[in-house]
Amino acid sequence: MEETIRRKLAESLNPSVLEVVNESHLHAGHAGDDGSGETHFRVKVVSAAFSSMTRVEMQRLVYEILKMEMGIGIHALSINALAE
Amino acid sequence: MENIIFDRIRSDIQANDVVLYMKGTAVFPQCGFSAAVTQILTQLGVTFKDVNVLEDSAIRQGVKDFASWPTIPQLYVKGEFLGGCDIVREMYASGELQQILRDKQIAFNEEAAA
Repeated sequence: MEETIRRKLAESLNPSVLEVVNESHLHAGHAGDDGSGETHFRVKVVSAAFSSMTRVEMQRLVYEILKMEMGIGIHALSINALAE
Repeated sequence: MENIIFDRIRSDIQANDVVLYMKGTAVFPQCGFSAAVTQILTQLGVTFKDVNVLEDSAIRQGVKDFASWPTIPQLYVKGEFLGGCDIVREMYASGELQQILRDKQIAFNEEAAA
């Protein structure tokens, strides 16, 4: 999952900074933990694609790119999106 | 069906200056992200309406469709969708949230805003 997130964001946004951190171990046994160890992620992404977007628009775009993953495994996705 | 739910959301966000769609309640949040936003609003002394989406699956899906935003919590101020946990945290840290409250003339504790 972590690799898929990284690849999809890299392909779609051509980011200058891309950090994907799997934080699932911090949430073991909490709601949304399905035992896969790949349910909670934190993403930092800096991209020129975000220029002139509001915070809500930036984050909507990230959610849209990861729509499939949000539906099948990601329980929580913390997003720090910045315009270049 | 969707129209009934959307109407309920519209009426909630029009009737209340600050509305938080969350998992659990302001007193007993049931998700870390909902708890974080609750804590910020409480810290600021903002009065808000909490809507527990776990009690109503139609609302839970409805708020996602209404805002085109796939996650909970969701914060509305004067009918405007402000964002989820990450955005509220960022805006609180930078002081933008406090500025929006001032601009929209929503009472809060200025001493807690620093």
